[in-house]
Amino acid sequence: MIAKIMEYLQYPFVRYAFIVGIMISVAAALLGVILVLKRLSFIGDGLSHVAFGAMAVAAVTGLTNRTYIVLPVTVICAILILKTGQSTRIKGDAAIAMISVGALAFGYLFMNVFSVTSNVSGDVCSTLFEATSMLTLTKADVIICTVFSVLVVLFFLFFYNRIFAVTFDEDFSKASGTDTEAFNLVIAVIIAVIIVLAMNLIGSLLISALVIFPAMSAMRVFSNFKSVTLFSAVISVLCTLIGMAASIVLGTPVGATIVCFDVLAFLICWITGKLTGRS
Amino acid sequence: MALISVKDVSIGYGTNSILDGISFEVNEGDYLSILGENGSGKTTLLKTMIGLSRPMKGTVSFGDGLRKDGIGYLPQQTLIQRDFPASVREIVLSGFQGRLRKRLFYSNEERSSVEEIMQKLGISEISRKSFRDLSGGQQQRVLLARALTATGKLLIMDEPVSGLDPRVTEEFYELVEDLHREGITIIMISHDVKNAVRYSTHILDIGRSVFFGTTDEFLREEGREEQ
Repeated sequence: MIAKIMEYLQYPFVRYAFIVGIMISVAAALLGVILVLKRLSFIGDGLSHVAFGAMAVAAVTGLTNRTYIVLPVTVICAILILKTGQSTRIKGDAAIAMISVGALAFGYLFMNVFSVTSNVSGDVCSTLFEATSMLTLTKADVIICTVFSVLVVLFFLFFYNRIFAVTFDEDFSKASGTDTEAFNLVIAVIIAVIIVLAMNLIGSLLISALVIFPAMSAMRVFSNFKSVTLFSAVISVLCTLIGMAASIVLGTPVGATIVCFDVLAFLICWITGKLTGRS
Repeated sequence: MALISVKDVSIGYGTNSILDGISFEVNEGDYLSILGENGSGKTTLLKTMIGLSRPMKGTVSFGDGLRKDGIGYLPQQTLIQRDFPASVREIVLSGFQGRLRKRLFYSNEERSSVEEIMQKLGISEISRKSFRDLSGGQQQRVLLARALTATGKLLIMDEPVSGLDPRVTEEFYELVEDLHREGITIIMISHDVKNAVRYSTHILDIGRSVFFGTTDEFLREEGREEQ
């Protein structure tokens, strides 16, 4: 088994995949802590549909690097969702549902009408559930992924105190002069970036799992913010690594296998939390 | 000059105003209770005073060296906080965020003054506990401690005793009274007329008609209404 994994690791594209996997898992888990605590988990889900729609449109244009279209579109939608969520006219959850379901329909329509290959449903299915380009990752992809992930981690490191403060109590932060609007804007951009990056790893429908599960698991067993943040990053990387290795050995789809291990980790944490009386 | 001057302020939602042309001043050392029915605009007025919402018209100005980052605010608890995994120390320390300015991390002095403040409010023993595991009274003490780290001058509290049992409520009022005696100015939204009259120096009542004055004037006014 180990021999098989080692053999695979000799190929550069497999090594790339592992690097990207680790990077994205850390970034997604850190962000997940904020989203789960601020009750914004659904934003991740909505935006992944947007990214799918954008991906479909980008595929039609025949651009070599689709990220140039997908990323800006997703960023704009993320900002729109966060802004409308704050206004009372359109309810936040309805805004997310509208944007996400709309994007899903557009994406599917585009893929059908302008199909480049004969296997439309196969294309749709693989964009939704599979790594779209996991095994065709180029060096450039790996670099983009690494740079953005490192930026997210640095943002977390440097603004840790403010992130905690605003997540715990936005009104208090605003009253003490913290620029919460700018903070929310940055968070929106980061969510979008991570989701687009994560599409390379586990497919657009499964991305939310990467964001939500590690944070939820960590909250079962730890009760202060620092431990929750650290643990969710650690468990996220572990699940991704084990999931990727397992998918090689068992020949299963990468994204789904990773998510299965995230679910498993959550169950273990949940039971541990119950046994130690923490939750 | 007054610590906070509210001049001719109207507040409301959209184009509907719920409070019109309110003016009053809070001076250093005052203890102001804001009374009024639910939905009368108490919280919005408070948020307007500290710049969280904009008045429809009128102005709020700070004096006596009061800065925006020198206000200790104790907001109503939110749903988010109910199961938030944060230790007491983490929360109290976050009261210093206004003083971070260009800095990224808290200084050692700030960390040690957090210990002092927790000691003072009697929450040192629970400093490593999680906020979600505390009783209502303990949670309010923690939020009061956070407000205190932000200020040495002015505490602004939005119904800090709602949902607490009578004994804990009494303790909380005593604690606030101690702080007031130390020279901290208090502004508190309250439902509890009895305790408001007992502790505060000034009262703002935004019922059907707006009353602002000292507690003695308020009692005289009340007496007249009852006759």
